[in-house]
Amino acid sequence: MTRTVRARVGLMTLSGAVLLTGCSADSSGEGASGGGDEGPIAVAAGDDSCDVGESELSAGTHTFAVTNNGSQVTEFYVYAEGDRVMGEVENIGPGLTRELIVELAAGDYETACKPGMIGDGIRNDLTITGEAERLTEDELLAQATEDYSRYVQSQTVALTEKNDEFVAAVLAGDIPGAKALFPIARTYWERIEPVAEIFGDLDPAIDGREGDQAEGEEFTGWHKLEYDLWVLGDVSQSGPIAEKLQADVAEVVELANTTELSPIQLANGAKELLDEIATGKITGEEDRYSHTDLWDFAANLEGSEASVQALRPALEERDPELVAALDAEFANAAAALEVHRVGDGWQLHNELTEEQLQALSDAINALAEEVSKVAGVIAG
Amino acid sequence: MSEEPPDDAAAAPPAGLSRRRLFGLAGAGTAGVLAAGGAGFLLGNPSTGSGAPGAATSGFGELAAATAFDGHHQAGIVTPAQDRLHFVAFDIVTDDREELRAMLQEWTAAARRMTQGEAAGEGGAIPDVPESPPEDTGEALDLPASGLTITVGFGPGMFLGPDGADRFGLAADKPEALADLPAFPGDTLRPEISGGDICIQACAHDPQVAVHAVRNLARIGFGVVTVRWSQLGFGRTSSTTVNQVTPRNLFGFKDGTNNVKAESGEVLDEHVWVQPGDGPEWLTGGSYVVSRRIAMTIETWDRTSLVEQEQIIGRTKGEGAPLGTGKEFDPVDLTATSIPVNAHVRLANPNSNDGAALLRRGYSFVDGTTDLGRLDAGLFFLAYQRDPRTGFIPVQRNLRTDVMNEYIRHTSSGLFACPPGVDGPDDYWGRALFE
Repeated sequence: MTRTVRARVGLMTLSGAVLLTGCSADSSGEGASGGGDEGPIAVAAGDDSCDVGESELSAGTHTFAVTNNGSQVTEFYVYAEGDRVMGEVENIGPGLTRELIVELAAGDYETACKPGMIGDGIRNDLTITGEAERLTEDELLAQATEDYSRYVQSQTVALTEKNDEFVAAVLAGDIPGAKALFPIARTYWERIEPVAEIFGDLDPAIDGREGDQAEGEEFTGWHKLEYDLWVLGDVSQSGPIAEKLQADVAEVVELANTTELSPIQLANGAKELLDEIATGKITGEEDRYSHTDLWDFAANLEGSEASVQALRPALEERDPELVAALDAEFANAAAALEVHRVGDGWQLHNELTEEQLQALSDAINALAEEVSKVAGVIAG
Repeated sequence: MSEEPPDDAAAAPPAGLSRRRLFGLAGAGTAGVLAAGGAGFLLGNPSTGSGAPGAATSGFGELAAATAFDGHHQAGIVTPAQDRLHFVAFDIVTDDREELRAMLQEWTAAARRMTQGEAAGEGGAIPDVPESPPEDTGEALDLPASGLTITVGFGPGMFLGPDGADRFGLAADKPEALADLPAFPGDTLRPEISGGDICIQACAHDPQVAVHAVRNLARIGFGVVTVRWSQLGFGRTSSTTVNQVTPRNLFGFKDGTNNVKAESGEVLDEHVWVQPGDGPEWLTGGSYVVSRRIAMTIETWDRTSLVEQEQIIGRTKGEGAPLGTGKEFDPVDLTATSIPVNAHVRLANPNSNDGAALLRRGYSFVDGTTDLGRLDAGLFFLAYQRDPRTGFIPVQRNLRTDVMNEYIRHTSSGLFACPPGVDGPDDYWGRALFE
């Protein structure tokens, strides 16, 4: 977590409206979503394959039915240029089928299956035909917040599911199982942390580190369970903490899905996620017992990119050079991290040398300098 | 600025050159050394043959002048904050009470001399017998007193050993308020640069003068004390008199606008000086100093938008005015919604802390770079107060939700009881404890 609750008076707004899911009737959508809906498009996801039933569709709302035939948990994404997430479905276990409903305007897209939930995934081109939309700048920004809200929603669904599995493992006394699930469950949280952070006491209760508590406040949440799992090696007394975590996550998920971030908040959130990497992950502060900081690093980076790319159409109108610089630096940062991939996971923080950590730090600094310009461009 | 001539100033040491005298002889010729400060820096201190160094009159001369050593309170607390700091914490290594007492006496004499622009020891930096090592290390030869103040404080370990033992027969004299500071949320303290049995704060307008003071005191203390940790600082981050422009810290914001200042009169008695009846009598007229090395995450701060920086601090960056007002010294209105609930200026304000006020005397530091290639920089926070239990501790607790915490890490902590000032050459630091 960040070390303090961010309560930015005047910056954060809560929206009472329940967000629309995949099928959005946004201000720009009515006329544009005439086509499509010819029935679900089958996607067969394997450990090394991703067969998408169609490569060309007409503009409109489409449903993808993603079946995981592989042995690893997978994810399915539809990306616009620059890996702007148009829709995604997370946490598809082996043998399961999940649906993704997504509204797509005319243009060139890519689909991706991500077996093991990591990396660029297995890509396919997807062309959407029809009249290209021309949105005003206001419409572009409105679309950005809707796109990001949809992203938050899909992350929170997966967060709930994976955290439930983690909690169940703790309650069952399954230490190896819980250890394996710990960084995975946190991934969905770390991707959208700027949203979660705005809810007062929930962030410290869920993600606080030892020593962050005020006098009389209990050390709870993931990092307490991390301590029990890695340091104590005993979760026989961890039940109440695990159950509280489950309840707190449920509460924050509900709140997150009734919150809509403004375009400026999206931009700031993207920067904050990178600052989180710089101050919490590269230093090893966050996961000081498990040393699984690079999982959080990857998730923060993905979440930051998702925020920035939601703004991409608006940024392209206003500052295409910045878009190019962002693309380059996001790629550099991902490449710097990729060096430390081990199978479906990452090296542990305490396995990295100072030189390696400095290289990561430098890549994040270079990226964050560009990302920090986004808010000004959006505001200007 | 010197109210009375130092006792030994009239009689130049027979052996060697005093710093002041050498300076007087060489002053004009070495003016170029301090070219950045202008020749007036040196020439403004006409010391040759004068019994009272530091009779500065104008311009940079004031920066060269000496500060009075004797007084009811120690110098270096309400003294207008100088530009440079060398702070050092010692551990006491002797078991011998008399050795400790004698060292404090020797320290006091050396401090008295150095603050007046003299050499640390009477033998000076250039001894008569060249086979002897110089009594003064020499790097402050040719340099004026530069406003040097040397302020001493005693840590809990001077009274009770690590095992709680009454190591020097001083246990009964330990003030209740002189206990280890409690842990605060978010602390990332490094024990090896925290605490200490005795501290010395040396402040001067010239870093070499401050370093010279600490170096010579450490040398005198060999065998009695050992240096535990030390910290260099620059660019005072607080104004301690109304005449000083409020300086900026490394966040780029004015720091210390609402500080308790020398002119604050009875406010000083209420908030800074230990009063009769507060605790053991030996500390009356003294003060408690809290030291905190606060590292800033400079790189993340620098890419934070102006509006967010201002919301975090609660003041505008340019003028330093509380948000929603126009001028720096406009009062902080805690009912104003223009200042966010977790803004630093709101949470640190005395009115948010039952009136608790501190005299801050901090300095910026840059200790090179970290292993990650980031600036190892921040604020070395020093705050003087009448009682930490009603001063720093509640204020720091109230800063728990300070949004600024995301950009800082407290890496060192210390608490020391600073005895009152000394009264003439027969007096010495802590005499009331030992006699």
